[in-house]
Amino acid sequence: MSGVAAFFGDYTIQNVMMGAALLGLISGVLGSFAVLRQQSLLGDTLAHAALPGVCLGFMIAGARELSSILAGALFTAILAALVMLVLTRASRLKTDAGLGIALSVFFAFGVVLLTYIQGTGNASQGGLDAFLFGQAAGILRSDLYLMGGITAFSLGLVAGFWKEFKLVSFDPVFAATLGLPVVLLETVLTVTIAFAVVVGLQMVGVVLMAAMVIAPAVGARQWTRRLEHMVLLAAVFGVISGLTGALISATGQGLATGPLIILSASALVAVSILVAPERGLVWEGLKRWRDRRDLEANKVLTTLYGLAARHKDPGYPAEQGMIDTYHRIATRHALARLAERGLVEPVEHMRDQEGPHWALTEAGIALAQHLRQEPASG
Amino acid sequence: MLADLFANIPLMIMLTGALVGAAASLVGVFLVLRKNSMLSDAISHSIVFGIVIVWLLTHQQSGPVQIVGAALTGVLTVFLIELLVGTRKVKDDAAIGLVFPVLFSIGVLLLNLYARDVHIDTHTVLLGEIGFIWLDTMTVAGYTIPQAVVWMSVVTLVNGAFVLLFYKELKLTTFDPALAKALGFAPTVLFYALLMLTSTTAVAAFDAVGAVLFIAFVIVPPSAAYLLTDRLSLMLVIGIVISVASSVLGYYAAVAMDVSIGGMMAVMTGAFLAAAFLFGPRYGFLARSWRQLRQRYVNESRTLAVHLYNHEGRADARDENVVSALRDHLWWDGRKSLNVIDRSLRLGFVVRDGEELYLTAKGRQVALELLEPWRDKDA
Repeated sequence: MSGVAAFFGDYTIQNVMMGAALLGLISGVLGSFAVLRQQSLLGDTLAHAALPGVCLGFMIAGARELSSILAGALFTAILAALVMLVLTRASRLKTDAGLGIALSVFFAFGVVLLTYIQGTGNASQGGLDAFLFGQAAGILRSDLYLMGGITAFSLGLVAGFWKEFKLVSFDPVFAATLGLPVVLLETVLTVTIAFAVVVGLQMVGVVLMAAMVIAPAVGARQWTRRLEHMVLLAAVFGVISGLTGALISATGQGLATGPLIILSASALVAVSILVAPERGLVWEGLKRWRDRRDLEANKVLTTLYGLAARHKDPGYPAEQGMIDTYHRIATRHALARLAERGLVEPVEHMRDQEGPHWALTEAGIALAQHLRQEPASG
Repeated sequence: MLADLFANIPLMIMLTGALVGAAASLVGVFLVLRKNSMLSDAISHSIVFGIVIVWLLTHQQSGPVQIVGAALTGVLTVFLIELLVGTRKVKDDAAIGLVFPVLFSIGVLLLNLYARDVHIDTHTVLLGEIGFIWLDTMTVAGYTIPQAVVWMSVVTLVNGAFVLLFYKELKLTTFDPALAKALGFAPTVLFYALLMLTSTTAVAAFDAVGAVLFIAFVIVPPSAAYLLTDRLSLMLVIGIVISVASSVLGYYAAVAMDVSIGGMMAVMTGAFLAAAFLFGPRYGFLARSWRQLRQRYVNESRTLAVHLYNHEGRADARDENVVSALRDHLWWDGRKSLNVIDRSLRLGFVVRDGEELYLTAKGRQVALELLEPWRDKDA
């Protein structure tokens, strides 16, 4: 017990866990809008585009001071978002090219600045590489206040403009007819991703930020059709993945925190896609299997009915092997199922010479007649 | 003599950059046209996974095994993305952003676990160092050549041969996949082949420029070319030219400022894109704005012609068809009215007599075309 207490009492571990939770919270909430607006890869682009800002912030502050680094990151990330918007709106380039151009050119500029800083021989530049892959253990308590502040601001923004953001995400044309400043709102939503990116830089780094924006939202989307629930659930998923990743990293053999957080979030997505009620693949598969089984049984039932009608004998005993031949598959299970439902019953007919025989019950005849009248409902 | 060339470090560095750019542009043109350019982002990140796995299995950091491994990783990435999209639970852009971070994460964690002391550090993987290509050389036909140059040449030739051999098929599947399928081509096979080449190019380019800068070479030069031409063949040529020019300019700029050479080369591709975006003759921003402005001017002159036509020969013509009337009736202020009249005079739509304005035959024709477009023009 004291081991656990010591573990959670550890200053670094506390910081990392809080940072991870904050990141999960902000990227879950803001990512929901990005995913719904089909701007999933925006997080990827903005995260890469934050690199030159990190370097600029460092150069201006002259030291590894988080506030100026994050301010720089925010600045170039937003700039990249605007470049992307201008490229796609004012030229024939498509969104994917716009994202790729902003991502790679801004990052390249960041690499140039990084080597420039290294060239100037500034002794404290070592910490800058941490932003590429994230270095959760390097997070200080003061950094957390900054990250918390950004998170609180973003959440306040979303809460304050909830109705507007929701409308713009789902039906921008209708929003425009209501007189909402759609372009402005869309730009704000685009820019807010930069806030999530800035919070995540130290935790997971530029490469993995893409998944941090997408995964909690996609996972949450599987469980609900309402935006309110989706955003809340995405926040919860984000926090859970953040904490899980941080915990495994703290207990494990020096495994990097960022990748573990991403893998936790992705595992949540996989589980959600598989088992979320209604939408889950497992339930869908199960439903398809059931439907197919019921359809098969109904087909057997109508076959029996057809035979009975042709022989003008409602209790006509049909041989199982013959029904198999009609359907070209074994109908044993379908017949057993029909018998269970009281629609057919096994009958004695020429025992020892032929296989089992089946006849329709009254309920079976009624259902078969119903099915014949409404073939579509079967 | 040739040996001197291969020993010329700056030349070899520029050649490597140019080869990376050319090979990447050859596949990039098709990715950009198919609106799949972010797949290059996914592939170039996730082959980190492939590189680590191949290294763990064979302890080879480069060469044919790595290239085959990368090709398979690229295919795996795209396969996983399509699998996710196929569930119809996830949109394709989200699927891209889910798959490559997972593979990348696994790659990084495997490095954490097994490969702490090896040369493949994640830093190189992301950034590359084109300046050091001359450290790894190999001997081909008696010449000592940087490995990167050899491998990139092979990859460039393969990509070039692929594009030349399947030019017609690539063109058709890119612009009209449905027709390609109906005609019995296999767009999916061709698409996967393209992505395999993208991955092999990425891994061959890895040591030189790293994962992210590779994306610049795949997407940016073809995009710039796309802003300059409508012809596929020309787009390929322009893309390659821009890549080569970026490599040369980027090298000298980087040396002058003592910064990352690969980074500067990628920044240069961005500069070319910006230039194409602004100054492209047909799709450039300035050309478009200029066209829009011209169109607006012509429309104003046509409006004036219609106005004059409506009142021509009628009782109110004296009040309406005068310069001062335009302010009240067309809501043009004095300056604008004068400008429009000026341009209309030059277009030969109107003639001016003091305050009064009269339509020319040409101006009347213009107005008629607008008001009664169903009429035969020559009637």
